[in-house]
Amino acid sequence: MLQLRPWKVVLVALAFVFGVIFTLPNLLPRTVSDSLPSWAQGPRLNLGLDLQGGSYLLLEVDTVALKQEKLTNLTEDVRRVLTQDQIEFTGLGPTSTAVQVRITNPAQIDRAFKTLSKLSSPMAGGGRDLLVAKGDNQILSLTAPPQAEATAVNQAVEQSIEIIRKRIDQLGTREPSITRNGATRIVIEAPGESDPEKLKAVIGKTAKLTFQMVDDSVTTEEAAAGRAPPGSILLPSDEAYYPSGVVVKRRVDVSGDALTNAQPSFDQNGRPSLNFRFNGQGARRFAMITSQNIGKRFAIVLDGRVISSPTIQSAITGGSGEITGNFTQESANQLANLLRSGALPAKLNVQEQRTVGAELGADSIRAGEISLAIGAAAIFAFIILAYGLFGVFAAIALVVNGFLIIGLMSITQATLTLPGIAGLILTLAVAVDANVLTYERMREEARAGRTPLLAADAGFRRAWVTIFDANVTTLIAAVIMFLAGTGTVKGFAWTLGFGVITSVFTAVLVTQVLLGWWFKTFKPKTLPIL
Amino acid sequence: MSLQESNRPMLLWPLIRMLPAKTELHFVGVARLMGFLSIVAVLGSLIVCFTQGLTLGIDFKGGTVMDVSTPGAPIDTAKVRNVLSSLKLGDVAVQTFGTSGAVQVKFQTPAGSDPAQTVTRVNGALTEALAPAQVKFANTSVVGPKVSGELFQSGILALGIAIFLMLLFIWFRYQLQFGLGAVAALFHDVILTFGIFAVFKLEFTLTSIAAILTIIGYSMNDTVVVFDRLRENLRKFRKASLREVIELSINETLSRTVITGLTALLALFGLALFGGEALRTFAIALIFGITIGTYSSIYVASPIILLWGVKSGDDEEPTLVGPAAQAAMAQKAAALKAGRSEN
Repeated sequence: MLQLRPWKVVLVALAFVFGVIFTLPNLLPRTVSDSLPSWAQGPRLNLGLDLQGGSYLLLEVDTVALKQEKLTNLTEDVRRVLTQDQIEFTGLGPTSTAVQVRITNPAQIDRAFKTLSKLSSPMAGGGRDLLVAKGDNQILSLTAPPQAEATAVNQAVEQSIEIIRKRIDQLGTREPSITRNGATRIVIEAPGESDPEKLKAVIGKTAKLTFQMVDDSVTTEEAAAGRAPPGSILLPSDEAYYPSGVVVKRRVDVSGDALTNAQPSFDQNGRPSLNFRFNGQGARRFAMITSQNIGKRFAIVLDGRVISSPTIQSAITGGSGEITGNFTQESANQLANLLRSGALPAKLNVQEQRTVGAELGADSIRAGEISLAIGAAAIFAFIILAYGLFGVFAAIALVVNGFLIIGLMSITQATLTLPGIAGLILTLAVAVDANVLTYERMREEARAGRTPLLAADAGFRRAWVTIFDANVTTLIAAVIMFLAGTGTVKGFAWTLGFGVITSVFTAVLVTQVLLGWWFKTFKPKTLPIL
Repeated sequence: MSLQESNRPMLLWPLIRMLPAKTELHFVGVARLMGFLSIVAVLGSLIVCFTQGLTLGIDFKGGTVMDVSTPGAPIDTAKVRNVLSSLKLGDVAVQTFGTSGAVQVKFQTPAGSDPAQTVTRVNGALTEALAPAQVKFANTSVVGPKVSGELFQSGILALGIAIFLMLLFIWFRYQLQFGLGAVAALFHDVILTFGIFAVFKLEFTLTSIAAILTIIGYSMNDTVVVFDRLRENLRKFRKASLREVIELSINETLSRTVITGLTALLALFGLALFGGEALRTFAIALIFGITIGTYSSIYVASPIILLWGVKSGDDEEPTLVGPAAQAAMAQKAAALKAGRSEN
């Protein structure tokens, strides 16, 4: 084993060069490395949010609200088609899982069943997305099968990710990462953005904008007492004129989907306002509604609150308009951003939020660097004191190991976190273990009467099995941490895992090559560790 | 003590020369006493964990932690307390933190309110109350009740899976009895580490789970080294009693155990002293855990094998040992036997 096989020497040399090349970019100060030509700028260590500062948000799509909203929309669809087909009905409304309606005339039940069945559409995996069932007492109920619900949730999550990405991009935050996490969750990691409130303000609003007619048939007092017509609802209002809210028709005439653009602006009185533009279909619908309802009021509703309810003065046919409301310049700006990005399909709830200020991150890096330096120095001193020349060999292997870990972490862009730095220190300490096992074995073999060269050779050979078995256990622990852990723990697992692999490599091969060279050059008569 | 086999004068450096080349400590002899102590310690840890409970951090309990400071001036702690109590939050704790006059605020989200909105409310209230000083929130963590429950479950699950995989690995590489010994040692280490968290009221967080997993890895590492030697010696000395072989194996690997353990502890002490607030608990847990892990591979894992016994005559291929080494081994075994019979 101690013969200087060319492949071993080449492998060790390559590993060393590789480690150094990919570690170097991390050692240069940011300003120096940024001024280098791009080919010379290697990848740097990818620091975790706890080291560079930033925000981590775990959001969950509100599936209960999503389902409720689907049922509400379905209720309105049922009302529309039954009215169109002139079928008489009562008791229309959503329960917690279905929409129910009672057909007043028993003779119309079959026709109603057919009409309602048309509301469903086929799903990709077979079956239909809506089941209509006949119950007792002339009641028809519509439910969505579980697969259809799962698909809806899935779509909602995907759509939410797209929309959040658009919204955050407009904030100009540095490269946020937005990833899906399980069935209903989304993780946002935004480095550098140390103000999570801004982030939350941007993603916390659904930004569902609708244009609905105002129902003038009842007063707000009557509606508040529960006497609103079934197709109308009392909504709170942001307008100073209508402190007790506005009664609006439930039917949505034009929705925010039809917007192609929204820009903050100022109205003729110089107050902040919002200009919007519809797409072709939206423009036609808006033109029709406004021309049919001149003199009546319509309401602009955002996330269930009326932001403005102006009277229609004339038909608006150009497809664009202006919303004046209780805006500040900033809120008009923000709303324009949200409307341009589109509405979230459902409310997102923040389940977990972690924010680290950039300064605190810098402090952590400094503390990590200091303890890494002290830890490494202690290990070097101890191993050299304990094993003399062989300790120096072990220390050299350790240095190569350090380069290799940092180089590997740089090119794979694995995240280095604060516990990861601790993992690095621990890895260096445990890496020495492979050397210790080998050297102790050599001592035993030499004591058993072998010549130095044979003892050293047997030491490597015998210790190898133990080193392998012992390190597999640490690797198992690292893999589990990686799979089960989140954020900082994952970073620790990366460092530990890489460290185990590189340290076995360096402690065995690098030490072998060094020892091989030493034996060849000095032809020692005794081992220095006896 | 004749430590030197070479003719050179005794040197202090390398230090390894100071370590006795051969130890004959009767580990198994005191195993009964140590076993008793271990059982007492494990039971004690369990009792403390269940009566007093772990000091769960917000990762597992849910709630909010934030570091609040007013740069340039020490923060008005009384005001912070007043604001927080007026907001009707649960379980409020305000602690001075670090050296720069910052405070760490912890509270539980009141039932029914949204955790993230509560933080927004608290931030606003504090900024207003502490004005005109500029208020900085350097570090904020909010964990909702749903997530915290899941994190705890997945953390405990990870520990369970880790221990199970270790058992499988040892079973595969050695014998089932070895695996049982190793797992007993792991439970011993994990329970004692939990006990240390409970007794010293160290905050138990996600990072603590990482610490315990690392301890499991290290402790196994240590145990495997002893087991490896045990397996080798079982093949070599088929006539010797299991007790003698165990004792020999522990003694032979002792110098390695000591040196590796010391190296790890040295590095960790550096981390505990200079790693800053965030890593201190982590480093302390590891220091305790690695000490316990080293102890358990000597006094828990191997003696348990003695209790269970092993399949005699491992039928794997014998290792390659030269005649000189074989003679030396035989001598060693004989010496050990002789030493034992004298006692």
